[in-house]
Amino acid sequence: MNQFIEQIIYGIQLGSIYALIALGYTMVYGIVKLINFAHGDILMMGAYFGLLSVTLLDIPFGLAIVLSMAVCAVIGMLIDIIAYKPLRNAPRISALITAIGVSLFLENIYRVMFGAETRKMVIPTSLTQTIAIGNIKISYVTLLTVFLTIICMVALQLVVKKTKVGKAMRAVSEDQQAARLMGVNVNLTISMTFALGSALAALGGVLYSVTYYQVEPYMGMMPGLKAFVAAVLGGIGIIPGAMFGGYALGLIENLAKAYVSSSWSNAIAFGILILILLFKPAGLFGKNVREKV
Amino acid sequence: MILKRVSAIAISMLMAVSMAGCGAKAPSNEGEGASVATNGEGTIKIGLITPKTGSVAQYGIAVDNATALAVKEINEAGGINGREIELISYDNKGDATESINLFNRLVDNDEIVALLGPVISSNALAIGPLADEKGIPMITPTGTSLDITPGYDYVYRACYTDPYQGSIMAKFANENLKVKTASILYNTGSDYSVGLAEAFKETFEAAGGTITNYEGYTADDKEFKAVLTNIKAGSPEVLFIPDYYNTVGLIAGQVKEVGLDTIMLGGDGWDGVQENYGELVEGSYFVNHYAADDTAEIVKNFVDNYTEMFEGTRPNAFAALGYDATKILAAAIEKAGTEDKAAIKDAIAATDMDCVTGHVTFDENGDPQKSVTILKMKDGVSVLETKVQ
Repeated sequence: MNQFIEQIIYGIQLGSIYALIALGYTMVYGIVKLINFAHGDILMMGAYFGLLSVTLLDIPFGLAIVLSMAVCAVIGMLIDIIAYKPLRNAPRISALITAIGVSLFLENIYRVMFGAETRKMVIPTSLTQTIAIGNIKISYVTLLTVFLTIICMVALQLVVKKTKVGKAMRAVSEDQQAARLMGVNVNLTISMTFALGSALAALGGVLYSVTYYQVEPYMGMMPGLKAFVAAVLGGIGIIPGAMFGGYALGLIENLAKAYVSSSWSNAIAFGILILILLFKPAGLFGKNVREKV
Repeated sequence: MILKRVSAIAISMLMAVSMAGCGAKAPSNEGEGASVATNGEGTIKIGLITPKTGSVAQYGIAVDNATALAVKEINEAGGINGREIELISYDNKGDATESINLFNRLVDNDEIVALLGPVISSNALAIGPLADEKGIPMITPTGTSLDITPGYDYVYRACYTDPYQGSIMAKFANENLKVKTASILYNTGSDYSVGLAEAFKETFEAAGGTITNYEGYTADDKEFKAVLTNIKAGSPEVLFIPDYYNTVGLIAGQVKEVGLDTIMLGGDGWDGVQENYGELVEGSYFVNHYAADDTAEIVKNFVDNYTEMFEGTRPNAFAALGYDATKILAAAIEKAGTEDKAAIKDAIAATDMDCVTGHVTFDENGDPQKSVTILKMKDGVSVLETKVQ
């Protein structure tokens, strides 16, 4: 029984990181209908900035997280302005190809700048401790990951539901033309969305590198892909869907590893995705919208 | 078609000329003995193929450096039978196709007598059959894949094979650590990892031990807590993790996190774990080709000379093997006393000498039979634990 609870906890930890990244995918898709394949690489950059600010600037870990999120938010906006904005009215496939290009560009520029070798993340010693609840040991990294993720999700919900920016976001995602007519600054709103999504990915990146000790230029690929799957699973474009999808994927993956087979876990996770999409093509939280003729 | 024939004729002429050269040189050299200084074409050309750029560059550079050191030492001591070695070194970027092109260039244009390299197994597997076909004696310093040598008379290696170190580790666990239960966690996507894991399992079970868990993972897995929790339930005395140091560091950290209390064991891929993950693998043992803190004369000299020549860089196992491969080849050429490639090949097969990585003799496949060094992680550094024969 203890072992089962431990497996669930590890699944939640993994799911938290997927959920953080999935939120960025889903927000960007919701507002510009673009699958931003460079999102996983924002996670990678977040991890590098976290590592660099701890080693070079010698600032406390908490501050490093905030700095990394801020820098990535700016980079996210820049990527949108430089790469995606000129293609706003182009066919969707062009923007998609551009996103893949941006992803490859970022991976390779980081490889050139920092080398291909894996660097070890600096982890504050306080985080490597564990606390025992009954017979179950939980590390502080796990607690911190779950805690920060939940805070960010609540904050994001508040921003989207209660603030003016959030209202503008919802308006733009519903109908860009109408929102523009109502006086909403569409481009600024889209930039804000990229900034928010990228900041969450940066947080995910720092937490991911603390959980798995390592930072390297291609580290964003696999979690990026998994988070994309999580976003689709929950219904892409829907914020609670991304959160649910992230946790569901993390749990399924971990339980498959624990009770079926480690080498089959990815196949099982993606297999379940295919099954769900067969029955609910718009994702678990999505609504089937009929095309108007 | 015509072009092909022309180039075939050109190549055969080149080969004829080079062979004539060999035939003419060898006796004159034998006659004049060691007092002869290098005459016009008096150098002995040895080819070297290593990856000096690309993702495995650090391995290639270590071998390249060590080979340069060995050649320098040999030439300063008067060369081979009075003739200097000329090392012709090319960068294959770790790529198999590139390796084949370079091999052809070394044989056709540079007219080498023998070849050192390549460094990684996949490259060695590509070149081995060609070297055998053309009759070029070849020693790969570090290609550990089982299939490199069997069936190819001209192909040798300076390192031991993957299964060999896996079974040595099992023997060490059984006889030195006296443990009866072990778990294995291996990478299903890597021939190296699978080879070690299978050999460990077989030897450990044959010695009466029990494998509590035999778990695989895929190459890009980062999350091991689930599978480690399962392993913990079997409470094995040792955990064998045959993979490269970055993955080992990742797993070792999670071993601590899930509270798995066991001794970790590993193969030569662990070399490098000391730099970043020393405290995570404290108390673990791993197989290596040599120990830098070995007090044997030959090892000390090698470490000192290497560190001096390359400004403070410590030699790793790749360097030690590159150095040994060069010394074995040079000794064989000296013993053959000629540039006849078949004679050099036979001389390599008859090798019986002390090297940095142990006393080397070759079996019928061309694999070295030598002692295996086992290192222990102590206070963040690796120290020599024992040598297992």
